[in-house]
Amino acid sequence: MIPFFSDAFLTAFVVAALASAIPVMLAAIGETVGEQSGVLNLGIEGLLLIGGYFGFVATIVTGSFWLGFLIGALASIILSSILMALSVLLGLNQIVVGIGITLAGTGVSSVLYDFSYGSSKPRLGLDAPWTIPFLSDIPVIGPSLFAQPGMFYVSMLLALVTSIWLYRTTSGLRLRSAGQKPSSLDAAGGNVAVTRSLAVLFGGAMSGLGGAYLALISAGTFTPGMTHGMGFLAIVIAMLARGRLLWVLLISLIYGLFVAMGTVLQLTSLNIPNDVVTIMPFIAVMIVLTFFARRSALPAALAIPYVRGAR
Amino acid sequence: MNPQSAVPESDIAESPVIIRLTDITKSFPGIVANDSISLDIKRGEVHCLLGENGAGKSTLISVLAGLQQPDSGTIEVNGRPTVIGSPNVSMSQGIGVVYQHSALIPSLTVLENLMLSDSDNFWLDKAGATARLHELGELLGAEIDPDMQAGDLGLGQQQQVEIAKAMWKGSEVLILDEPTSMLTPQAIDNLVASVNRLKAEGLAVIFISHKLHEAYAIGDTVTVLRGGKVSGRIDPAEMHAMSEEESKARILEAMFGTNPEAISSDEAEAAGLVVEEQRRQIPADAPVVVQLSDLNTTSRSGEIPITDVNLKIHAGEIVGIAGIDGHGQQHLAEAIAGQLSPTSGAVTLDSKNITKLKVKARQHLGVRYVTDDRLHEGIVGTFSVALNLVLKKVGESPFWKFGRMDKAAVLGEAHQQIADYEIRTPSEQTRAGTLSGGNIQKILLARELSHDPRAVIFHKPTYGLDLKTVYRVRETVRDFARSGGAALLISTDLDELAELSDRIVVISNGRLIGEIPNDGNRVTERVGELMVGSKTDLARTGVAHEHE
Repeated sequence: MIPFFSDAFLTAFVVAALASAIPVMLAAIGETVGEQSGVLNLGIEGLLLIGGYFGFVATIVTGSFWLGFLIGALASIILSSILMALSVLLGLNQIVVGIGITLAGTGVSSVLYDFSYGSSKPRLGLDAPWTIPFLSDIPVIGPSLFAQPGMFYVSMLLALVTSIWLYRTTSGLRLRSAGQKPSSLDAAGGNVAVTRSLAVLFGGAMSGLGGAYLALISAGTFTPGMTHGMGFLAIVIAMLARGRLLWVLLISLIYGLFVAMGTVLQLTSLNIPNDVVTIMPFIAVMIVLTFFARRSALPAALAIPYVRGAR
Repeated sequence: MNPQSAVPESDIAESPVIIRLTDITKSFPGIVANDSISLDIKRGEVHCLLGENGAGKSTLISVLAGLQQPDSGTIEVNGRPTVIGSPNVSMSQGIGVVYQHSALIPSLTVLENLMLSDSDNFWLDKAGATARLHELGELLGAEIDPDMQAGDLGLGQQQQVEIAKAMWKGSEVLILDEPTSMLTPQAIDNLVASVNRLKAEGLAVIFISHKLHEAYAIGDTVTVLRGGKVSGRIDPAEMHAMSEEESKARILEAMFGTNPEAISSDEAEAAGLVVEEQRRQIPADAPVVVQLSDLNTTSRSGEIPITDVNLKIHAGEIVGIAGIDGHGQQHLAEAIAGQLSPTSGAVTLDSKNITKLKVKARQHLGVRYVTDDRLHEGIVGTFSVALNLVLKKVGESPFWKFGRMDKAAVLGEAHQQIADYEIRTPSEQTRAGTLSGGNIQKILLARELSHDPRAVIFHKPTYGLDLKTVYRVRETVRDFARSGGAALLISTDLDELAELSDRIVVISNGRLIGEIPNDGNRVTERVGELMVGSKTDLARTGVAHEHE
């Protein structure tokens, strides 16, 4: 057994926490952008799994992690284009379509996996970390924060860039106005349908990256249904964070910490049932919810299709 | 209202045409909204567009704003034929529109709302936008805090922001759609001052209204629409030569299509031509029907609660509540109706304390509430007209017997009410949500005023309705008071309050800050002064008077 609170243990703990937090964070960023534009994407769970599966296949076939992320993102963009076509362009109920996408993504990824890798169950190797000179020499946080796979840094950068985009650029402001009062955006010369469509596709890409991160980095393999409700968690996080990506990051980290703690508990000699350990992160999130959920203020026009001139 | 005409009329006649509409026609299924309308908008003029609801004003604006495409006809902007295919084109042609219903996003700051139009900037340019807002603020004569949330501004200020937004990219033509409908007289004065400043700068302003005195006070040119056609036009020179009465008579004739003598009294009155007769006297010994004593509520989600409200409504009396929208009117109405429990204080009806009674019990005692949110709170849109008419009687005889609905009784009631209130509906079974706003309001009135009403709260009863229904609703309110009922009329339309109420109480920040008896002496001005907070001392004496 690893001695607790040694440098090696703490490093492993932080690495585990981040490995669980990043996929949720990426998906929640995607969901945030969608919600801010007025589209509630309930298909995140399916998008994560599709992104994870196709990312996994691409990396197995080509050996490249970057290609895996790219293909994962593309696959989820394609799946989310169904939501774009049905809900944004045709105005169908976003909840129904979103749940459909979750079911489709879960089912399709399982069937394909069982068909192609069900018996061999291959695993991936480790992605070579980007070691940041000097910083990675700091004890504990050095090896845990500054010797991560490249996609970790890209993910953090995406969170930062998305935040700047939403709050510092005109297109970000226009995206938020599509979620608050689409008629105002329309009158200001913006295109609500295009804005929301791009937001949905962006959400798909982020979920695809999240799913691929889960498969390629966190787990090192793909297993059917491996998200275990992570997509829905991302939706909740996006609602709690009310569009602020720092909150998305923090709540994702809380989730990651509890997942890592569960792993630690399994390593101790305490006899805790496995199920209790598995549900711990969700209980943590539920506690956060009971304290903060009443504050969740959703965009005024969320999940309402926009028809010009309708009252 | 300010005197008009910074630019002499002769100059307007010669000043260049900015927008020329020729034979604009636009039809929707079953209706020709614009029927070959031709119009010239000139530099430096205020062009009033008058007409009843449904006359085609809104469609014409949509065409100019690029939201609708005309079926035929041409638009020339500065002499060049132009197809205004989208709001973007409209804006780039220098046309700015301020819509009747706020286009501001309440959760964003003033600056963010304005920067929404800066589609060419990649980065939000806060410094540039602040400077531009300052510049426009000077032009409009308004001071606007750029970092306030738009929803926290008063309506007058919101409108100034909307005008700034419409002019953000240097508009040559500013379209104001019913800009005065929600404003206090003081805010209207500010608006008129702003419009005159813009006019002096050489802008053309299209001012849409259905109030005649506004058209006369502010307009250089008046065009009247009726049934989608131009039915009357007054040039600046003519306008100058006419007295207010003459011009009003001309406009009325154009609006209603007959000469003034033949206009029915309701139409004339609804248009504000006829001064309403002096309020009849309420007998001094009229019993108090509703009494509110030290009533307080707490806010659930941001709306303003009421604080220490004391109010008596006598039998046969109409008490008007004036105030800027969202200043506690909602809580006042709901606390009387029983939808909201007060934290302290008492509500009595005919000396009986009903504070603890719920909505249904109060309904039975005759307390009724005609809500302002008629579309959502007032009716169930997917239910039939008949069901909506008995909505507050569900489970009760004679409409329900042994837990089953008596269809014949419900339809009979519906039939009667539809006839009594002239509700225009294809049948009793039609879904209520498909009716027009006016007919939905009639359903509400029919339901709330049936079965022995004693005290009725009318919350913005005519907001957004066409003139004829407005008249009809106001007559219903009067009839109810004449029959001995106690009426509380909550409205943001001061003209309406002055027309109907026996006295007007002003609400501000959830407190009743003063009272004006409706004695016909500058009532709207005095109420307006109270609303904007000046002359509070006068207000206090008014209140003291009431509680003597």
